[in-house]
Amino acid sequence: MTDGPTGALRRTALYDLHVAAGAKMVPFAGWEMPLNYGSQIVEHNAVRTAVGMFDVSHMTVVDVTGAGAHGYLQRLVANDVARLKTHGKALYGVLLNEAAGVIDDLIVYRHSEAEPLAYRVVVNAGTRDKVLAWFERHAGAEVQVREQDLAMIAVQGPEAVARFEAVSGWQDLTALEPFSALSRGDWMVARTGYTGEDGVEVILPGAEAQKLWSALAAAGVQPAGLAARDTLRLEAGLNLYGQDMDESTNPLESNLGWTIAWQPEARAFIGRDALAALRAAGVGRRLTGLVLEGRGVIRGGQRVVTGAGDGVVTSGIFSPTLGYSIALARVPKDAQGECQVEVRGKLLPVRIVKPPFVRNGQKVFE
Amino acid sequence: MSEIPSELRYARSHEWARLEEDGSVTVGITDHAQDALGDVVYVEHPEVGQQLSAQQEAGVVESVKAASDIYAPISGTVLAVNEALVDAPETVNEDPYGDGWFFRIEPDDVAELEDLMDAEGYAEQLASEDH
Repeated sequence: MTDGPTGALRRTALYDLHVAAGAKMVPFAGWEMPLNYGSQIVEHNAVRTAVGMFDVSHMTVVDVTGAGAHGYLQRLVANDVARLKTHGKALYGVLLNEAAGVIDDLIVYRHSEAEPLAYRVVVNAGTRDKVLAWFERHAGAEVQVREQDLAMIAVQGPEAVARFEAVSGWQDLTALEPFSALSRGDWMVARTGYTGEDGVEVILPGAEAQKLWSALAAAGVQPAGLAARDTLRLEAGLNLYGQDMDESTNPLESNLGWTIAWQPEARAFIGRDALAALRAAGVGRRLTGLVLEGRGVIRGGQRVVTGAGDGVVTSGIFSPTLGYSIALARVPKDAQGECQVEVRGKLLPVRIVKPPFVRNGQKVFE
Repeated sequence: MSEIPSELRYARSHEWARLEEDGSVTVGITDHAQDALGDVVYVEHPEVGQQLSAQQEAGVVESVKAASDIYAPISGTVLAVNEALVDAPETVNEDPYGDGWFFRIEPDDVAELEDLMDAEGYAEQLASEDH
């Protein structure tokens, strides 16, 4: 990773390969990242029907080690890392502040076979500085928190695992359970992703990432940019931090209640008391899906008009897989069924549905 | 580098205008504009017969990612809209200066075209937006 010419934007190890492939590079969370390599729809469809790859080296990789690592993450993460029973298991969760606002979402991997338990944590790029400061603030003498200078490539799609095996020489990935990882040397290969498709995310040193990327490209894997990543994740009903949730929203109104481990009751994670109080009082809003089957495209920030009061669109796109617009929206908890979205002064009929919208290439909502 | 045909006139808001032999003016969005928007998925036209003033909102082009208003580059009456874009909005990406045109107007005063930029002026605007 190096600084760009202005010194302001960082570049990943794959920057030159993106430029050579004709990528349109844009600033994103302090990085210069590929938006698309021509057509985001072509890239999106490659992931849904075959295989695509994303440079996600801008994500922040942090290793948490030391005798106190386990107890530390049990306090910081609202999900319970004690659920990670074996080396390589992964857990999705959120970091909460004392008021139960979402500081970030993250994946925690168990990164050791035996005691003392070590963990690898992947957080967002846009939240890097505040999350590292938060980690630092809560770390004690028994905990080491170190950001890793590693690249990360996501290979996603129904053909992703087979193609990655063929190119990399890793042979045992089809047996790897979803939300699990294997580590060998400096490489970690996880069966995770942000697209609603099968695939792997590979964390590895930058120089090796360049070779892997080039080899995957030579094997016909479609490079895909941030634009396709956004349409894929939204079809998959996956939240984007900063858009669908942030510190002003709690996980119960962000469709993330399932990531809160209330048991054991004695585990005092940060934000627990505030979240328990909110839950007891009743949360008035929920994050859900919208579909607009007629013409037009729903966009973030638009007003949702429901029989139970107004809500707001948090993310909206034209879905390349479905051929119409879908969105995530925060609406009053009793809102259901038919409602309307205000698009440039016109009220368009939409329907509230439960996300996800698309999984493994197929429409999955009612 | 995006394509900027020398025979067209350009608005600051990235529309192009072409004077046809019959005195009508065809309007579309520039190569730069379609590239910035990305894959176009939906187009909203003005009404045929609608009277537009220069710089008035005349429609919308939506890509997967963003929506952008289209403005009338000169005043006039809408003569025709490109209905083919309803079913094939991607034409805007593929051929922004040809089959991807948006609408045709009967200008109130054809001299208004002189208020628009020429290709060189538009290229300068793009260069300054880049920095």
